[in-house]
Amino acid sequence: MENKIQFCRGGGCTAKLGPGALARVLEKIPRVKDENLLVGYDSSDDAAVYRVSDELAVVQTLDFFPPMVEDPYIFGQIAAANALSDIYAMGADVKTALNIVCFPEEMDLNILGQILLGGSEKVQEAGGSLAGGHSIHDADVKYGLSVMGTIHPARIFKNNGCEEGDVLLLTKPLGTGLVCTASRVGLVSESALDKAVQSMTALNRTASEIVRKYHVHGCTDVTGFGFLGHLCEMMGQKHTARIFAENIPYLPESPKCVEEFCLTAAAQRNRNHVESKVLFCEDSFATEEILFDPQTSGGLLVSLPPGDADMAEKEMGKKGVLCARVGYVEARKECSVIVEGKIV
Amino acid sequence: MMHLDMRGKQCPIPVIETKHAMEAAGPGAEAKVLVDNEIAVQNLGKLAKKKGYRFEAKKEAEREYSVLLVWEDGSVQPQAEEETQAEECSVDARRRGTVVVLSSETMGEGSPELGAVLMKGFVYALAQQEVLPETVLLYNGGAKLSCEGAQTVEDLKSLEAQGVEILTCGTCLNYYGLTEHLAVGSVTNMYEIAQRMTEAGLLVKP
Repeated sequence: MENKIQFCRGGGCTAKLGPGALARVLEKIPRVKDENLLVGYDSSDDAAVYRVSDELAVVQTLDFFPPMVEDPYIFGQIAAANALSDIYAMGADVKTALNIVCFPEEMDLNILGQILLGGSEKVQEAGGSLAGGHSIHDADVKYGLSVMGTIHPARIFKNNGCEEGDVLLLTKPLGTGLVCTASRVGLVSESALDKAVQSMTALNRTASEIVRKYHVHGCTDVTGFGFLGHLCEMMGQKHTARIFAENIPYLPESPKCVEEFCLTAAAQRNRNHVESKVLFCEDSFATEEILFDPQTSGGLLVSLPPGDADMAEKEMGKKGVLCARVGYVEARKECSVIVEGKIV
Repeated sequence: MMHLDMRGKQCPIPVIETKHAMEAAGPGAEAKVLVDNEIAVQNLGKLAKKKGYRFEAKKEAEREYSVLLVWEDGSVQPQAEEETQAEECSVDARRRGTVVVLSSETMGEGSPELGAVLMKGFVYALAQQEVLPETVLLYNGGAKLSCEGAQTVEDLKSLEAQGVEILTCGTCLNYYGLTEHLAVGSVTNMYEIAQRMTEAGLLVKP
């Protein structure tokens, strides 16, 4: 395929602006006060939540990025799963979605068709309706969705409400950034890429619906800022997470990608942003890189009391959703995260 | 000297191509790599650190950084384990007259639990320094750090393997009932401790 290289050149959440740079820009933007805006961008949450009535709030999100895989249909699925995930990270239900498309004028329109087909299938799987969208010509392909969901205003998952003693659950393996990047330079096997694709195209719907039944103190989806970036946000100033690296699920061959120095710029930006807040007890380069690796359509990271975590874990096991106990929440120490042990 | 122009190439390409070029050239290889962003410089830095290459970076202009990587004799072989990295480091890297004093099991004041984690981290980081101390003195609670079961033993062994003198206070070992359990270095007395400390050019006490 002639379009191959042009189609995919370092995409997914590795294309995200660095967290530090973004914060500097956002702090200069004036903020509107509206008491019905329950979640806005003064917290580092994943979506905007607006209360319409005492029983109903709408959740609004937007996410799009360049391709991280060669297959346009798979890319469409991944981009949609990733955009829909923000709704699930808030504990909400998907209702409608709009396409956001950037597409080169000279590229084969069948490719666009494949992308949109992949995306629409995922919206359908989420129980939502694809209601339109907006497309423009651009030098590179980009695709994503703006998604609207609904939730009871009292049941919104905060991402920073965690409490001491909480267990931290993670519902997808890490390493998508490493494996996708490595596959572009031919460093991973097809089966490793398949595993990554499987993980990226999976919706966080079941995981979200299960944890809703319990006392969720904090929930976020692990995406561009990497496991540690999102975890640091979640801990805020009041808590410290103790992570057991042995329990961290990771994609096959992702440690090998680190050994081959398949290091992305986004992972290094993530490292620069939160490294000072993280204490690694063991020396393991692979562990560090996997924990800083930007995730595309990553899993949910959920903070909930131990008893609830047990039950949620069991239920996820029954439904075939990966659920790893990666650590727990402690009273604040000098850093936001302590990582014990190593992945490999 | 190899010249690699990696400007306009996105990570991880600059790192991967540099790694391949260095490995193809073997020990003694020198590469000057041009990149157009600081993140790429940092990623090359990680490569250098992991492989034991000498690393120098300079900003030449806006969007132009030059990075010098040198595979010096005595640096680690590719893919070497951390232990070999420690053993093969040059003994000359020790700085004469620097004495590190570990007088407690913990580092800093506050939570003892965190203090223990920090101390472990400090000893590890110490063993990774380019310039190592001449001597590490351990006394009082610090004496436990060089005894069996302490998480710091491996890193102290690595320091010893790199030529650093590891001395633990005998009175302290005796007091804590650890005389038979010293796992690294040798036993010393107060005369020697006082001498090492008064003669030190630099005393480091975490």
